[in-house]
Amino acid sequence: MKKFLCVLVVLSSIFCSAIYASDTHSKTEENEEAFDPTELIMHHISDSHVWHVVSWGEGENEKHIEIPLPIILINDGTFHFFLYSEFDHDTHIAESKGSYFFYHHGKIYNTDKHGNVEYDSDHHIINSKPLDFSLKRNVWSMWISIVIMIWVFTSVAKAYKGGPAKPKGAQSLFEPIIQFVNEDIITEQIGAEKGPKFAPYLLTVFFFIWFNNILGLVPFFPGGSNFTGNISVTMVLALITFFITNINGSKSYWKHTLTAPGVPFFVKVLLVPVEIIGLFTKPFALMIRLLANITAGHIIILSLVSLIFILKTIYISPVSILLTLVMFVLELLVAALQAYIFTLLSALFIGMAVEDHEH
Amino acid sequence: MDFLLTPDPGLVFWTTISFAILAFILKKFAWGPILHALNLRNETIEQSLKAAERAKVEVEQLAITRQEMMDDAKNERDDLLKETRELKDKILAEARSGANSEADKIIESARKQIEAEKSAAIKELKKQVAELSVDIASLLIETELKDDNKQKAIIDKYLDNVNFN
Repeated sequence: MKKFLCVLVVLSSIFCSAIYASDTHSKTEENEEAFDPTELIMHHISDSHVWHVVSWGEGENEKHIEIPLPIILINDGTFHFFLYSEFDHDTHIAESKGSYFFYHHGKIYNTDKHGNVEYDSDHHIINSKPLDFSLKRNVWSMWISIVIMIWVFTSVAKAYKGGPAKPKGAQSLFEPIIQFVNEDIITEQIGAEKGPKFAPYLLTVFFFIWFNNILGLVPFFPGGSNFTGNISVTMVLALITFFITNINGSKSYWKHTLTAPGVPFFVKVLLVPVEIIGLFTKPFALMIRLLANITAGHIIILSLVSLIFILKTIYISPVSILLTLVMFVLELLVAALQAYIFTLLSALFIGMAVEDHEH
Repeated sequence: MDFLLTPDPGLVFWTTISFAILAFILKKFAWGPILHALNLRNETIEQSLKAAERAKVEVEQLAITRQEMMDDAKNERDDLLKETRELKDKILAEARSGANSEADKIIESARKQIEAEKSAAIKELKKQVAELSVDIASLLIETELKDDNKQKAIIDKYLDNVNFN
């Protein structure tokens, strides 16, 4: 409890100082630029080629601490490796192996030495884009969570060496969760016989989503990335579930899906396409559910903080902080809940697919 | 806003690779050992509980056996005590009757002896009486032979005094 209070005090003091700084900021530059919460929020929840740590100062004295991340591009079969800092501060052009790249709003375009870009009528750049395999912020955030997970779970596994004993330390924290996932999700949905085959994937996906959700809620470096709210990530996870489900589908599952036994022919004509569409809507729902929940949480928290800058008064900050705190607590629940739901539904789909007996 | 719903090939690529490696490492170094240990512990607990149940039944059985043995011993002791008491009573009774007959015998023999002593004493007395009579007679003869009547009276008087009993 004491620790919790300490953290609370530190966090609120950070908030307050941030509020104070921005309060003066908004007063002095009121006429120059209006605060745009949409841009701030979108910038936060999207991926980035640079990891912004902290900024301070104003006007010409404004200082940023940013970590330039490695850029990896494939253009016409040639690999290009360089850091984000290669992009010129003013012109946003970088040169690598004789090719020129132009950086604009999180995207990298091919260009020439002078940085010529062509726009269409909607003011969108129509220059060709190289394949961008850069190690962006989300990748590093994921790697941090992976390192933490490997460290945590291998040390938990080590505690089991030397025969059955009373759990202690991290072991006693994670054992009930591992057992919950293993017994109440995997064994319950897939069965004791076939469950163990899928347990490693489902356990990994549960903790992967949970750890990354929590890391995304940490409001300072190296947390705060909207990793599990990124469609690329949820798509990969949903696709893995999709492939595991359908590769391990039993005969009766495919028979049930493709021929809908036991229903009249005219119903079959309707039912079979629906079943086939259902194969794809299940992982699609998994993908959208996780993405939407996590992104929504980030947007709400950022909106509540932005309230102070929108209303341009420091007096709203207690309300903002209180609501933000409530949202943080709720998001901690959602972080675990979404991991649970994703794992439960994956286990449910796999369980339905591997079931052997006839319906 | 379109970035929200447009997958980024780079992130898809890195996520896929990283997740696959993570799943592999955790399967080999975490989930495998942990789930194995948990199963092992579950089995151990189950076996221990069963063993405890068996031991409990055994203990109960032992308690019953002990109770039975104790009951047997108690019964045996009671029997022994009863027998002993009877034996004691018997011995006492025998001893008492033996003593009585012995006492009777002794009393009888004592009475016989007394009887014998008595008759012997009477004999002795008669003898002494005769001697005394003779002595008295001789005395009378020596001293008072003058008056016949007187003599007769004296003799009668002494004879009356000498009662044979």
